Order: sequence, then C-alpha cells, then structure tokens
Amino acid sequence: MNLTLHVWRQKNASDPGRLEQYQAKNISPDSSFLEMLDQVNEELIKEGKEPIVFDHDCREGICGMCSQVINGIPHGPEKEATVCQLHMRRFKDGDAIFIEPWRSRAFPVMKDLIVDRSALDRIIQAYGYTSAHTGGVPDGNAIPVSKTYADAAMDAAACIGCGACVAACPNASAMLFTAAKVSHLALLPQGKVEATRRVKAMVAQHDEEGFGNCTNHYECEAACPKGISVNFIARMNREYLKALPKAD
Amino acid sequence: MILDGKCPTGPIQESWDKHRFELKLVNPANKRKFKILVVGTGLAGGAAAATLGELGYNVEAFCYQDSARRAHSIAAQGGINAAKNYPNDGDSIFRLFYDTMKGGDFRAREADVWRLAQVSNNIIDQCVAQGVPFARDYAGYLDNRSFGGAQVSRTFYARGQTGQQLLLGAYQALSRQVKAGTVKIFARREMLDLVVVDGVAKGITCRNLVTGEIESYWGDAVVLATGGYVNVFYLSTNAMGCSVTATWKAAKKGAFFANPCYTQIHPTCIPQSGDHQSKLTLMSESLRNDGRCWVPKKKEDCGKAPGEIPDEDRDYYLERKYPSFGNLAPRDIASRAAKEQCDDGRGIGPGGRGVYLDFADAIKRFGKDVIAARYGNLFQMYEKITDEDAYQVPMRIYPAPHYAMGGLWVDYNLMSNIPGLFVLGEANFSVHGANRLGASALMQGLADGYFVIPYTIAGYLATVTPGTVKTDAPEFRESAEQVKAQIDKLLSIKGKKTVAELHRELGRVMWEDVGMARSKESLEHALKRIPEIRNEFWENVNVTGTNEEINQQLENAGRLADFLEFAELLAKDALHREESCGGHFRVEHQTEDGEAKRDDENFAYVAAWEFKGTDKEPELHKEPLKFENVKLAVRSYK
Ligand SMILES: Cc1cc2nc3c(=O)[nH]c(=O)nc-3n(C[C@H](O)[C@H](O)[C@H](O)COP(=O)(O)OP(=O)(O)OC[C@H]3O[C@@H](n4cnc5c(N)ncnc54)[C@H](O)[C@@H]3O)c2cc1C
Ligand code: SF4
Ligand code: FES
Repeated sequence: MNLTLHVWRQKNASDPGRLEQYQAKNISPDSSFLEMLDQVNEELIKEGKEPIVFDHDCREGICGMCSQVINGIPHGPEKEATVCQLHMRRFKDGDAIFIEPWRSRAFPVMKDLIVDRSALDRIIQAYGYTSAHTGGVPDGNAIPVSKTYADAAMDAAACIGCGACVAACPNASAMLFTAAKVSHLALLPQGKVEATRRVKAMVAQHDEEGFGNCTNHYECEAACPKGISVNFIARMNREYLKALPKAD
Repeated sequence: MILDGKCPTGPIQESWDKHRFELKLVNPANKRKFKILVVGTGLAGGAAAATLGELGYNVEAFCYQDSARRAHSIAAQGGINAAKNYPNDGDSIFRLFYDTMKGGDFRAREADVWRLAQVSNNIIDQCVAQGVPFARDYAGYLDNRSFGGAQVSRTFYARGQTGQQLLLGAYQALSRQVKAGTVKIFARREMLDLVVVDGVAKGITCRNLVTGEIESYWGDAVVLATGGYVNVFYLSTNAMGCSVTATWKAAKKGAFFANPCYTQIHPTCIPQSGDHQSKLTLMSESLRNDGRCWVPKKKEDCGKAPGEIPDEDRDYYLERKYPSFGNLAPRDIASRAAKEQCDDGRGIGPGGRGVYLDFADAIKRFGKDVIAARYGNLFQMYEKITDEDAYQVPMRIYPAPHYAMGGLWVDYNLMSNIPGLFVLGEANFSVHGANRLGASALMQGLADGYFVIPYTIAGYLATVTPGTVKTDAPEFRESAEQVKAQIDKLLSIKGKKTVAELHRELGRVMWEDVGMARSKESLEHALKRIPEIRNEFWENVNVTGTNEEINQQLENAGRLADFLEFAELLAKDALHREESCGGHFRVEHQTEDGEAKRDDENFAYVAAWEFKGTDKEPELHKEPLKFENVKLAVRSYK
C-alpha cells in the first residue's frame, strides 16, 4: 500500500509545532500502524531527515505507552484497540492519514507525538491503592469475593492508563481513568475500609492536575481501548457523594 | 574459580527460615539513613522498591518508560503459580519445588528453588490484599488452572491479564510509598553504567531520556531488576525496550554473567508474517489446556484448508509423543516438537513455519461461550493480528524467543559477586535452571521483590556505614565521562545503516545459529559473524539527532551496542556446554528419539563468566550444583 501521512512535528514543549507531509511506500497490510511508522522512519533516516518520535513499548496493547490521534480519533479507527494493535489493512491504498499527539493541557507535548502523562501517576499516588503492608495479610481465600464483583472489579482494573479518554474528551477530563481505579478498589472487600478517603483524595488530585469535568459526552468510552464503561463514572460519583458528608 | 552460592546447609525444609533468622537486622531508626537504588520497576523491582520503602529505607527507583506501571511484566498473560493446593489435587511445596527443578532440567540451585516454592503462597495472599482481581469461582474462592510441565492446577490468574494486574498491585504499593515520601521515582531514565568504588557497588550513571543529561546517583546498595535479554534475537515476545544494557554494563564492571545460553523459545506464538515485523506476539500457554496441536500427516495436505483434512490424516504430535502430558508438555519440548514437524515439511501457513492449535473439540465439548470466557481476549488479540477467527479455523502458532533463564550470577542472598549489587527477577540466573516452566517468572519476580530482598539486603546493609560514598567520588565522574564518550562516538559515526537494519542482521545470526538448536558448526559460524556485525556497527551505523533531546535512535543504538558484545558471550557459553539441557539443545547431544541428553558428570554446574575485555576471552568460573533432595533423573514427560 502507499499512503500520504500528515504528521505533527514539534521539537519540544516550547516549539509551536506543525503538520508535515510524508509518503509511506510499499506498506504491507499486515503491518501494525507502528511498524508502518518504523518503515517510514527508516526511509527518513536514509534521506538524512529526523525520524518521527513516538511512544511505544510492548506493542501488544497492554502497556499503555503508545498514544497517537489518528484521523481525529485517539488510537485510530479500530474499536477497542491501541495504536500498536491497529493494522494497516484497516486503511485503503492511497489514503491520507493525519497523525497527532494527545491534546490536553494536563498532557504537555514533549516532542512530536510524545506527551507527558505523569498527571495520571499522581492521581494514583493520591490514593489509588489499598494500604496493605507487605506480609502479615490473611490467606487469599479468607475473604471470599463474589464472582460477580470480582468480574466487575476486573472490568475496571483492565484500564491501561493510556490517557485516550482524556484526549477524546471535549473537556479533557480524566474521569474515566480515575473512575476505573476508584471502582476497581471499591468493588472489592479489601478496598472498602478506605473507600471514603480514597475517592475524595483521587478526585481532588484529578482536579488539581487541570483535567476538566465530565459532562456526559461518552467520547471517553468510545475511545477507550479496553472498553471501560462510563458506568464506572456513575459509580465514582455515587462513591463521591456518599463520601462527602463523611469524615475520613 | 569455584564459586560459592552461600546456600544454607541442613534440611531444606528449614533452610530459608533458619537463614532468615541468622541474617543481621537493621535497626528501624537507622533504616532511613540508608539509600537504596532500585533499577527497574517491573514485578521484581516494583515489589522491591515498595517493600523497602515501607520498611523505612530511602529508595530511588528508575525505569526507562514514562511510568513505573509500564514495565514489561505488564504483558504477562497466563498466570502465576503457588502451592496452595486449593483444588485438592495433590499439590504441595515439595511438588512445586520438584516440578521446577525437573522443569529446569536439573540445572538450578535446590535451596533457591525451595525458597521460591515456599514463599509462593504468601505472594497470592499479598496480591489479594492489594486488590488484585484474581479469577474467583461462584463460592467466592480463588480459581486455578493448569500450565505446561505440571499435572496439578496451581496457576492463579486474572483473565488473560495476570501480569498487568500483578504489576498494577506492585505499582499501587509503590505509589503509596511515593506519597509517603520513602520512594522517589525517576522515570524516562536509562541506566548506562554501574559505579563501583573500591570493589563495592555504590551507584549508577543514567541518561535522562528527555534532556540527554548524564546523571549520577549514589546509593548504599544497588538493586538491578531490569528484566531479560532475549531481544538479542531481534524478533521476540519481549517489549521493544527490553535490553541487556544494565546487566551487561554491570558485567563489564566485574559482575559475573551466568548461563547466558539458557534462552527459552516459547511454543505458542503467532507466526511471523513478513519482514516488516518488529516483534512476535505470544499466545498464552494456557491455551494448550483446551487447544490441541496438530499438523497434517501428509506433506501434500499442508496447503489445504484445515477443515478439509479428516481426523485420521492429522498428526496430534504432542499427544502421540508425550501421552501423559500431551499438549501440556513443557515449553522446550513443545517448541522443539513443533520445529521438528515443520523441518519435516509438514508445517502449515506462510513458509511452512507454523502448526495448528485447534479448539474445535473443546468448543464441541463445552460450547463457544465457555471457551470465550476462558480465553476470549486471546482470541480477540489473535484476530486483530492475523485477521482470522480462531473459533472458526484453528490458530496457527510457531515458537519464538521469549525468556532469559541466564542472567547475572547471584548467591543465595541475591547478591552478585560485586558486594552491594543485588539482582532480582529475570535479570538474575537463579531459579529456572535451563528451562522455565509456565507461570513461574511472575512468581519469581514477586518472591524476590516482596519476600527475599527485604531480608537479605538488611544482612548486607548491617555491615556498611550509610552515606560514605556520594556522587563527588571520582569514580562517578569517570563513569559519566565514559558514558558520554560512547554517546559522542555513536553520534559521530554517521554511516549508512540504520540501527534496526543491524539489529535484524544480528537477530538472523542468533536465530539461525544460536536459536532452538545449536551445533559446533553453527556456533562457530555465529562467533565469526557477531564480531563482523559489531565492527560494521561501529563503522557504519547512522544515529540521527543530538544527545540533548529525546532521541530514540540513540537509545536503540546504545542497546544494540551492548547486545553485539553480549551475543558473543551467549554463543561462547553455548559452545562450551557440550550437553543438551532444557532450552539449550546441542544437536550433537541427543538421544535416539531426539530428546535432550544431559551430561551430569561434566556439566552439573552454573557457568559464570567474567568479562575481560571486548576482544579478550572471558574467564569461566564454575559453581557446582549439588542435588540432595531431588534425584537427578532423565527428564521424561512421556
Ligand atoms: C508476552 C509475555 C507473556 C508472559 N507471560 C507470563 C506468564 O503468564 N506467567 C509468568 O510467570 N511469566 C510470564 N512471562 C514472563 C514474565 O512476564 C517476565 O519474566 C517478568 O515479568 C520479568 O519481570 P522483571 O521484573 O524481572 O522485569 P521487567 O518487568 O521486564 O522489568 C524491567 C524493568 O527494568 C527497567 N529497565 C530495564 N533496563 C533498564 C535500564 N537500562 N535503565 C533503567 N531501567 C531499565 C524497565 O523500565 C522495567 O521497569 C511473560 C513474558 C512475556 C514477554
Ligand atoms: S480508561 Fe481507557 S482510555 Fe482511559 S486511560 Fe484507561 S484504558 Fe486508556
Ligand atoms: S505499545 Fe504497549 S499498548 Fe501500545
């Protein structure tokens, strides 16, 4: 396949950035989107030009590192897939493709397609954990967990922290991400005792990082590569309302 | 030199408890005076950093990704073992110990493996307390499944995302310590050198991957948990950033590298589809619980659609060759068996490099829904990559490089031969012998991080005075200058070949000559080719850009430079080990029916290599292996 790429190039955070045009030639439809970019980069290097910089690591759809807005959609047109799991057979020979970084004030661009997502780490650091000490915990079967709840907790825990929900949201809200972790831990008995403190601290950190609020556009769910449901946002809101009048 | 692993003596059942009691302690009030550097935030490093921080040490943790949560452990799919015996099928610590020893083809240390089996049960409890959403049955209890190389169901899992959930558990524990102020995380940092002062590990040199700055960090101890090196084969199941750099740089500073030739080739990966490919994707081994491996009996049938080949014309080769383990034969055996079928001209798919993994019978027996509930996400992943629906047609699989059993040599305390340098997880050599059984790497990473290092590092720290060496020591400056010189050199070559091209060349040699089967000739060929590629690299690589920015070409070039030195050691180790064991298969040493033939008389030792210079012969040190609790037997899965 041959394609025309319009790629966002930006040297660093203070550079204004611009779209540049490249040709991707002889691409196998079995290539992943990132392998297509690898091939373009090899050509660029041969021509003495700067290769395109983008984040990636596992290339299996699980580490959450890759992040590109493709034709206006975070992670591209494939449903429930990360960019590294998007394959070129999804495109047609001769297509023009626009490739841009995540856009959000809380995710400053570092170079080309790489943004700084450390705000998501700080939300987890605020209280996205149970305070279990290492050692001295009860037997794993001492606290039974209903299968329904364990499965629902797993649905929420599947979040890979990629930030596509933020990139897709008109308010640049990280509610889906935050709600996924709040719900995962709130659904399990182990996380319950600190649920009140947790939800307050995580929501406060979310706001402090400069993420917007949820106004029910559902764009996050549509963009999420792991199919995290917006119902978790509703669950978080319930947890939050329950927590508000309570002391920690 | 004869190496001493410092294993405790006496009855093995008491060895760890006794050793733990005898280890020195650090007074709680003194812990905060010590600074520990933990390189790597995967299961091993993440668990270690969180636990050491919680104990009160000052911890600085490093990873090359943008967040600790993205370490490669996140990709593990299948599960984690523990000897809980919840299913009441006869499991015990001794059985897990025995299976691991046998699975590793009797090339691991008994005491270390015992300890692993013993603490395995604590790991599950710990992770449950952290909120890891393991699979549960309808009574609310933990569910189990089985994996290759075992006849009991001891594997705990969280759908096909066990590694992700376990890593998030450790990452969350780590995040809690960041909040508490005991751990500081340095993301987007790559360790490029170990700093050794008076023979003792005292710090590291890193490149800040955002600014290019060369940074020095001091610590009273250095913990490496930097994962495995199988990307030396170029195509592997590992993440793109997995490299040998941290451990190889430590080796160049005097740490011994043990058993580098023990590499695991995983049998159930999606076959390569073309030259564009940057990695191979693993399909969890748990699929072989319900999937049956077969190839056509007749070569002429290979081109036919699988549905057109009747049952009597199919060769279910694993069930035929290994009736008691069948499709659950261990990885080295299953990989070799697949390759044999393909070499025999009965492989399927592009280039005849594939075998079928067929779920038709299981779907008939249990229904599609049950199979979808068990492996749904794997079927999805398979479809995304191959565009085929494996509920309708059998999956195609082929072996791929997957896991490094070799690594830096460590004693029972997980300390290398450099005092103060500890090595955990896949980066060390300790428990898997010549072949790792499924679901035991996650177990090892967490055992090392949560339950071993917190005790053993105290034994070391109790003997040193904290904070005696800081970054103003001349060794830090020298190390930084060396690192800077290498970067300048890489950027100045401005040759014609890209880093990826040269890595592919190295990978081809490694796969063809040092891959699933090795011979004297192939290894000698590799030992001729590797230095040639290395020379070409240093004369003709083209690294674009500058140091003072995000520069992925520079990162990759540095990693390849280390692979190009390390590959030679790997091949040398394979050449010297005149036997076959586990993942190391020397064609000269096989039984009449093609199984690996060990030589316990001459090779029941750990081979630990001392680096002497890039163009000099490394020196071999041996640690003899003693077997007092298992009987050295021919490893049979028939
Ligand atoms: C696809 C796949 C599936 C698997 N499935 C299973 C399974 O089901 N069960 C099982 O038991 N095992 C499985 N394994 C094996 C297991 O996942 C790994 O062996 C294990 O997770 C390794 O953990 P680790 O902590 O040692 O290293 P890693 O998780 O690889 O962590 C390495 C860390 O070191 C850092 N690092 C590396 N080099 C440097 C450097 N130079 N400077 C700074 N930081 C550095 C990285 O940033 C990272 O944080 C699987 C492996 C793969 C590839
Ligand atoms: S909720 Fe979905 S889109 Fe948002 S970070 Fe998690 S996985 Fe990514
Ligand atoms: S590279 Fe890991 S999710 Fe895409």
